[in-house]
Amino acid sequence: MNEQQIFDTVQTIFRENFDDDSLILTRETSPEDIEEWDSLEQINLLTSIEKQFCIKFTLEDVRSLSNIGDILDRIAQLCI
Amino acid sequence: MQCLDYPFDSALILKKKRALRRELSAHEGLVPKKIAILSGSTVGEIKNILELFLLNAGIRPEFYVSDYALFYEQLMFDADGALRAFAPDVIYIHTSAHNLAQLPLQSDTPEQAEQKFADECARWQQMWKAAARFGCPVIQNNFELPGVRIMGSLDAVDVHGRVRFINRMNTMLSEWAASTPNFYLHDLCWLSASVGVDRWCAPAAWYAYKYALDIQYIPVLCHSITNIIKSIFGKNKKALVLDLDNTLWGGVIGDDGPEGIELGPETPTGMAYSELQRYIKELSDMGVLLNVCSKNEDAAARRGFQRADSILHEDDFLCFKANWEPKTHNISAIAGEINILPDSLVFLDDNPAEREIVRQHLPAVAVPELTVPEEYVRILDRGGWFEPVAVSEDDRRRSEMYRQNAQRSAAQQSFGDYSEYLRSLQMRCECGAFDAEHAERITQLINKTNQFNLTTRRYSTAQIEARMHDPEYLTLYGRLIDKFGDNGIVTALIGRKSETVLDIELWVMSCRTFKRDLEYAMFDRLVDICRSAGIRTIMGHYLPTAKNLLVAEFYATIGFEKISETTSGAADFRYEIPEARTPLNQVMDTISL
Repeated sequence: MNEQQIFDTVQTIFRENFDDDSLILTRETSPEDIEEWDSLEQINLLTSIEKQFCIKFTLEDVRSLSNIGDILDRIAQLCI
Repeated sequence: MQCLDYPFDSALILKKKRALRRELSAHEGLVPKKIAILSGSTVGEIKNILELFLLNAGIRPEFYVSDYALFYEQLMFDADGALRAFAPDVIYIHTSAHNLAQLPLQSDTPEQAEQKFADECARWQQMWKAAARFGCPVIQNNFELPGVRIMGSLDAVDVHGRVRFINRMNTMLSEWAASTPNFYLHDLCWLSASVGVDRWCAPAAWYAYKYALDIQYIPVLCHSITNIIKSIFGKNKKALVLDLDNTLWGGVIGDDGPEGIELGPETPTGMAYSELQRYIKELSDMGVLLNVCSKNEDAAARRGFQRADSILHEDDFLCFKANWEPKTHNISAIAGEINILPDSLVFLDDNPAEREIVRQHLPAVAVPELTVPEEYVRILDRGGWFEPVAVSEDDRRRSEMYRQNAQRSAAQQSFGDYSEYLRSLQMRCECGAFDAEHAERITQLINKTNQFNLTTRRYSTAQIEARMHDPEYLTLYGRLIDKFGDNGIVTALIGRKSETVLDIELWVMSCRTFKRDLEYAMFDRLVDICRSAGIRTIMGHYLPTAKNLLVAEFYATIGFEKISETTSGAADFRYEIPEARTPLNQVMDTISL
């Protein structure tokens, strides 16, 4: 899976999760940009991503992933 | 909504929760309920998903969530009064083995370990006693088994073992639930075992977010809690409608004949069908009403149940519809004949096309998605459609009572005049004020009755007991007995006295006893009671719901005057008690207890 495909998939997950088809993500998008993206939602998003990409985040990832760029990079690493 | 029926796609539910919530909230006729969640661990997403399942069950929840992990303090002290002010309809205590304050250690002496158990029992029991003061049903999780066992199998035996400790806590909790009214055990131990302890307990979810279970099982948890809540409020299903060929037995009886169908211990598939029949027979003995709806010749279909190894027999069914009519017609007819609403039915059919037609045309009917015969029992079981919170003697006799009703309607055919028929039933109405002995049945009746229900107010056992002892209230229940049998307590009424006026805040009657003039006997008795209590005026109210249109004009038919009506259809009625009146009931004896 290339970078663009990962990005598109993550964007779809975010759109479905927040029930908003017009949501546009960038690498810089962070919880500060999406009102409902709080720590509770973070768990859901990561769980959805884990399912979608068949990967497993570690306990350390949960704390360190702070924006979309971080998440995309970590998915790319785990998908190798 | 099908995605909230077993088996769930948990990931889909979690991902789509906002869209699902939007769709489900738009449904009409949702009953508002206040649910307090007391937290022993993180509950954020549990609240969100529980909302979906409750909406799907016809309940619109308003939530109160305690501060993180403060379940004990809040129930014991409610220092800020927030929980009392919220006035919950249900309290759910979401705790887990993480909330056990003391567990035995290897270094403990046997006496110390035993003391820990005694202390822990006392702590929880004290909290449950305190929770009772909120006067609403309390749902308490029991404890999941630990994910690791230092002593291996000995952990279940030795005084230092945590498996043993938790097993004993769970036994204590079941005994508490069995002997405490309004207190319900939520079997988290079984639920986590059904998923597997290793999968249920996810260390990362606990360390990172303080969730006491893997997030993907939150829908499983919420479905299970919803089954209890919907049962408390009488929203569980009452009847099963069964297809025959390839549902209750393998093969097509019209083609293969009764000897040719697969049923019984000779073949693996036959065993699977027998097991399903055994499960359904047990459901029936618990009070679920069984019916057949099959595309077949009637005589051929019945021969399937005449086999010596058939566990179900013809007389286990109330309605037996084996014909070539569309199934939606037959299902509607069954609902009409046993006098329940389609939303009380579960339809079991192996044919996906039939299931789809029923889902489309009768969306209120629950239609489990069957796969292969060996999975039928599990699918029916996990749906939780019929889960009771208590099973009364009346429940166990329900099929029999409906059968008596069938005999009554057969008897009716032989009379030209309806009141002559009613007199022939030799009916007797026994009525009295609510008492402790009947409080549970009366509460159940009030909370389950939808059609003959003037105000659709729901009450907890505690609220019923409060009205029972309050001199401001007048309560009256009625039991109907006739020559075919005892129908049990089938009607109840609550009125509030204020000088010379009685205001009827609730009047319900079970659909089992419609058209028997029982409401007349009750009203005659009410008038007599009012007279001797110096009451001159009786006020009645009709509050419309999706299901009680039947009684919109009821008060007018028994002599009340309509004094006001709103655009939504709610109406107030007044009855001035006359000096002399002819009793409305002319067909039965009334006995006051």
